[in-house]
Amino acid sequence: MHGVLAMIAQRIALGVATLFVISMLVFLAVDMLPGDPAEAILGQSATPASLAALRQELGLNKPLVVRYADWTAGLMRGDFGRSLANDRPISELIAPRLGATLSLAALAAAIALPLGVLLGILSTVHRDRALDRVASTASLLAISFPEFFTAYMLVACFSVGLGWLPAISLSSQGGFVETLTMLALPALTLSLAVIGYVLRMTRAAIMGVMASPYVEMARLKGVGPWGVVVRHALPNALSPIINVVIINLAYLVVGVVVIEVVFVYPGLGQLLVDSVAKRDIPVVQACCMLFAGTYIGLNLLADILALLANPRLRRPRQQEARA
Amino acid sequence: MTGVMALRMAPLSARIGLAIVALYLFCLLFAPLVAPYGETEIVGGPWAGGFWDPAAEGPATLLGTDHLGRDVLSRLIYGARNSITLALLTTTLSFLTGTILGLLAAVRGGVVDQVLGRLVDLVMAFPTLIFALLVLAVAGSTLPVLIGVIALLDATRVFRIARAAAMDVAAQDFVEVARLRGEGTGWIMRREILPNIVVPLAAEFGLRFCFVFLFIATLSFIGLGIQPPTADWGSMVRENAAAISFGILMPLFPAGAIALLTIGINLVIDWAAAGHHGVSDER
Repeated sequence: MHGVLAMIAQRIALGVATLFVISMLVFLAVDMLPGDPAEAILGQSATPASLAALRQELGLNKPLVVRYADWTAGLMRGDFGRSLANDRPISELIAPRLGATLSLAALAAAIALPLGVLLGILSTVHRDRALDRVASTASLLAISFPEFFTAYMLVACFSVGLGWLPAISLSSQGGFVETLTMLALPALTLSLAVIGYVLRMTRAAIMGVMASPYVEMARLKGVGPWGVVVRHALPNALSPIINVVIINLAYLVVGVVVIEVVFVYPGLGQLLVDSVAKRDIPVVQACCMLFAGTYIGLNLLADILALLANPRLRRPRQQEARA
Repeated sequence: MTGVMALRMAPLSARIGLAIVALYLFCLLFAPLVAPYGETEIVGGPWAGGFWDPAAEGPATLLGTDHLGRDVLSRLIYGARNSITLALLTTTLSFLTGTILGLLAAVRGGVVDQVLGRLVDLVMAFPTLIFALLVLAVAGSTLPVLIGVIALLDATRVFRIARAAAMDVAAQDFVEVARLRGEGTGWIMRREILPNIVVPLAAEFGLRFCFVFLFIATLSFIGLGIQPPTADWGSMVRENAAAISFGILMPLFPAGAIALLTIGINLVIDWAAAGHHGVSDER
């Protein structure tokens, strides 16, 4: 058991180190520009006064190390600095949007992940039959379409054709039902791609195990198709499946960016895209850190859960010695 | 197996894929000849109907007009040129970088391998889209920046594949012999290893192209990629997105053009990959 704890601690340490280096990258990106960052950001609209103000705002007259230390210390306290565009504290801008993005991602995950795994299992039970073929083709389509194409197809169906759901998800202070109808199309769009991925990977993971002798044995002793898949193959395919599920959660968090733009949904992704267009660097840095932090955190979680679900991964040294 | 024979034996899905890719290539090469109107020529009112709308005014347009009254079909055809050429250029750049570094890491091993490997891990720990947005925010969205950042991000994936494939080859005797013969790193990379990993890399090229193509389309769609008035599918979707609220389905044409090409390429890759390895994904 100590071995496992040590391995988990090691992964966490690696994750924290990665996050640290990423924060340096995000922060230093501004300084990697040739010449003066303030001039580069303002471009042709630069006047001596605005340049001086921007330098002051970015703290460019302080040494690099001090600026980085200030910035990270602020991050830890939840203080992201001030927006260049409207001089409001960034944490104020971010807080409501973070909530909006998380609820969208959570709804999509709640629909897509169980459905994806379930359909993946169904596909293996009914492999090479109609259900499997349909699921395989549909999931391939779902993952090869760009998100905005899926989104506009759904809008064409449900908003333009049927008139059931709004094409634009501008925030309203409505009740539960209104919020849900507003979230429906963006969440559905996100779900389709995720269901596609999870289904394919679940199927591939179980199929990988299906070829092993003990599954053959189970089949020979008369276990039915469901029993073979669920009782014998699934437990050994659990580790890759957990991995896929969490990595898709990470995908969701990043995938929201495009979907939020499609549906004009006031989330963090929309804020990031707007700030990139406005070159509001402090807001971009804050959003990037939030997205990257969530992404790294989820990938770390996937790693640790896979480690716990598969005892074989816990002893890499012995495996090497045998091989 | 000659090309013609392979084609004759190809399954229906591969033929469809090849036909799609051929159609796009044709549009790419002969855009000015095929397109009924110019790239930025205004031919009618905004969002006029196409073939489905008998009441459409102005000159005949097959797929209607966009938000400025330009012919959608012509913009789609010119868009093939811009979107595909840019993606091809970027993928080529990413392959050159990724393959050279991957081979270098496999042949030299040791510190070089470690440093390159950790760097790639670091870039891959960062979500691709977010990384690209950060760079575009700082450096501004110009074509060289766009190509550079996407090529760099994509090169990390190519590096992984190229390194893994090259590692297998580098462990074989003939590479050892070449080393003992006193050949340099460059020779071993080019003459001993590269010829043995060309096939997996070629299949990977198709996949990476799809990824890059979709990535550029996505960036253009959110307004940070190819800038107007250049015809590009992602930007076309963006510029006309508002139309869909009025029940005009015009944004679906460029979005569909993007989706169709990725499907076509995927179908061809599936067939090519199965042909080369002689296996499907199940037993």
